[in-house]
Amino acid sequence: MSAGRTAAARPWRRLLPYAILATAAALTPFAVTDTYLLSLGSLIGLFALAVTGLNLLIGMAGQVSLGQAAFFGLGAYASGILTVHHGLPVGLAIAAALTLTGLVALVLAAPTLKLEGHNLVMATLGLNMIFTIVCIQWESMTGGSSGLFGIPAMSLAGVNLSSDRNFFYLVWGVLLAVLWLCSNLLRTRPGRALRSLHQGDLLPVSLGIPVVQYKIALFVAAALLAALAGCLYAHYLQFISPHSFDMFVSLQLVTMTAVGGLGNLWGGVFGAAFLLLLPEWLHAVPDVMPLLHGLILMIVLMFCPRGLLPALKNMARKIWRGHG
Amino acid sequence: MLFDQLPQFLLSGLTSGSIYALVAVGFCIIHNATGMVNFAQGEFVMLGAMIMISLTQDLGLSLPAAFVLSIAGAMLVGLFLERIPLGLARSRHILILVLITVGFSIAVRGAASLFWGKTARALTSFSSEAPLLLGNAVISRQALWILFLTMAAVTLLHVFFHRTPVGQAIRAVADNRRGAVLVGIPVARMVMVSFALSAALGATAGILIAPITGMHYSAGVMLGLKGFAAAILGGYGHVWGAVAGGLLLGVLESLAAGFISSAYKDALAFLILLCVLWVRPSGLFGQRTLKRV
Repeated sequence: MSAGRTAAARPWRRLLPYAILATAAALTPFAVTDTYLLSLGSLIGLFALAVTGLNLLIGMAGQVSLGQAAFFGLGAYASGILTVHHGLPVGLAIAAALTLTGLVALVLAAPTLKLEGHNLVMATLGLNMIFTIVCIQWESMTGGSSGLFGIPAMSLAGVNLSSDRNFFYLVWGVLLAVLWLCSNLLRTRPGRALRSLHQGDLLPVSLGIPVVQYKIALFVAAALLAALAGCLYAHYLQFISPHSFDMFVSLQLVTMTAVGGLGNLWGGVFGAAFLLLLPEWLHAVPDVMPLLHGLILMIVLMFCPRGLLPALKNMARKIWRGHG
Repeated sequence: MLFDQLPQFLLSGLTSGSIYALVAVGFCIIHNATGMVNFAQGEFVMLGAMIMISLTQDLGLSLPAAFVLSIAGAMLVGLFLERIPLGLARSRHILILVLITVGFSIAVRGAASLFWGKTARALTSFSSEAPLLLGNAVISRQALWILFLTMAAVTLLHVFFHRTPVGQAIRAVADNRRGAVLVGIPVARMVMVSFALSAALGATAGILIAPITGMHYSAGVMLGLKGFAAAILGGYGHVWGAVAGGLLLGVLESLAAGFISSAYKDALAFLILLCVLWVRPSGLFGQRTLKRV
C-alpha cells in the first residue's frame, strides 16, 4: 500500500528497476563471453518467468501449487512434439502449445481450486507426478526417459533467435515485458481485488469480488507463463527430457518464490537467480554440495521469511543510515 | 487366469500399504500438532533403515538392540528439526515452515550421501528368507513381520492416544490449541513429543521395508510422498484414516500394476487420489467442513 503511494508521488521510481534490469541484461552478453554462463543467464530468465506466474498464484491468491513444472513441461513437450512429429512451424507450434496448456489449466482449475491447503498441495503434486510418468512411458511421442531430440530452433526474419546471445535478449525482453504487465495489472481495480484474495475468502466475497473466477484466472495465467517459459526452453536447448519438469522442479519453483519473497515480483527474479547460481558456486565442493544447498536454503527461510531481496534492502538501508 | 493372482496382488498391496500407513500416521501426528506438512518425513524412513544397517552390519549389534537405537537416533533428528530449524524460524507462516522442512530434507540427504555413500545397501531379513505358501499366494516372512509389526504399532498408538495422559494431551492440542493452553497443557512439549513420535514411526517403516527393497540415501523421498498421499486419501489428520488410506493406496497400486500396467502404476495411484479429492475434497474419512462465507 505504502509502496503504491510513494510510487504515485515519484513515478520515475517505478521505472527505475526496469531501467536497471534492462541495462544489466543488455550489457551482460558483452561482459560474459562464456557461453555456458550466458545460457545459465537465459535459464534464470526462463525460471523467473515461471516464478512470476507462481508468485501471482501464491502471493496474491494464497494458493500453493506444486504442479507448476508440469505446465512448464506441457508447454515444452506440446511445442516440441508438434514441431518434431507433425512438422508445424515453430511460431504456430508455440501458439498451439499455449492454447493447449491454457485449456488444460482451465479444465483442471475448477475442481482443483476447490481444495484447500495441504489437499491442494497434494493434488497439484499428483498432477505433476502423473505428467512425469506419462512423459517417461509414452515413448512413441515423447521419446521416453531419454528425451525428445531434434526440436527446431526459433528464427524471426532470418535472425536465429536460439543462438546464445539472441536467446538471452529474447528471454529477458519477454521477462521484463511480463513483469511490467503484471505490476501494472496489480495497480488496477481487478488487481487490487486479486491482492485481497490471500487473506481468506471472507473479505473479498463480502466486497462482491467473484473469488472463484479470479482464482481460476490466476491459475490459468500462472500455467500460461510457465508454458511460455517451457516453449522457449524447448526451442532453445532443442532437446527436452522428463526430469527437467518433475516435481522437484516444482518444489524448486516454489522455493524460488519464497526465497525471493511471497508476492514480491522482483524478489521472484532474485530468488530464481539465487537458487540457480547457488549450485554453481558450490561446484568447487561437489561432495558437500547437497548438504550446503539444503542448509543455506533452510537458513535463508529461517531468518529472511519475507524474502532475501527485502532483507538485503533492509540491510543496505541500515548501513546507509549508519554512515549518514 | 489373471484372477488366480488376486490374493497375491492383495497380499503384496497390503505389505507396501502397511509401510505407507506408518509413514502416513507420522504425517498426521505432526499435522495435528502444528498444522503443517513435514516434507522431511521420508528422511526419517531413510535414516531409520540406514542407521539400522550400519549398527547391525558394521558394528555387529543384535537386531533388537539395533532396532531400539535406530529409532532413538531418528527421534533425536526429529527433535532437532522441531527445536532448531523450525523452532528458531522467524516466521510462523505455514508455507515458510513447510519449505524449511524441504531444505532440511535436502540437507539430511546430503549428509547421508556423505556418510553412507550413494550405493544401496540391504538389511538382512528379521527371520529366514524361505517364503511361506498361503493358498495360491506366496508371502515372505519379512512381509508377515511388516503386517504384524504395523498392526502392533498402530494398536500401541491407539492405546497411547486414548489411555495415557500424554497421548490425551496431544489429542487435546490437536483439537483446540488455545483450549489446551488454557487448561495448562504444555503445548510446546507436546509438539516436541509429536515430532519424536512421528520420526519413530517413519524409522520403523524404513527398518521394516529395508530387507525387501534395500535402502539408499535418497530412497526416503518416494516413500515420504506415498505416505503423504495416503494421509490425504484418508482425510488428513485422522490417524485411523491414514492407516486405511495407506492400506488402500498399497492395494490399489498393486492391483493397478497387476491388472492394468506396471509402467503406469504410480500414475494410476495418483490419478485415483485426484479423483477422490475432486469428488470428496476432505478425503475419504475426513469430516466435511461446512463453509459459509
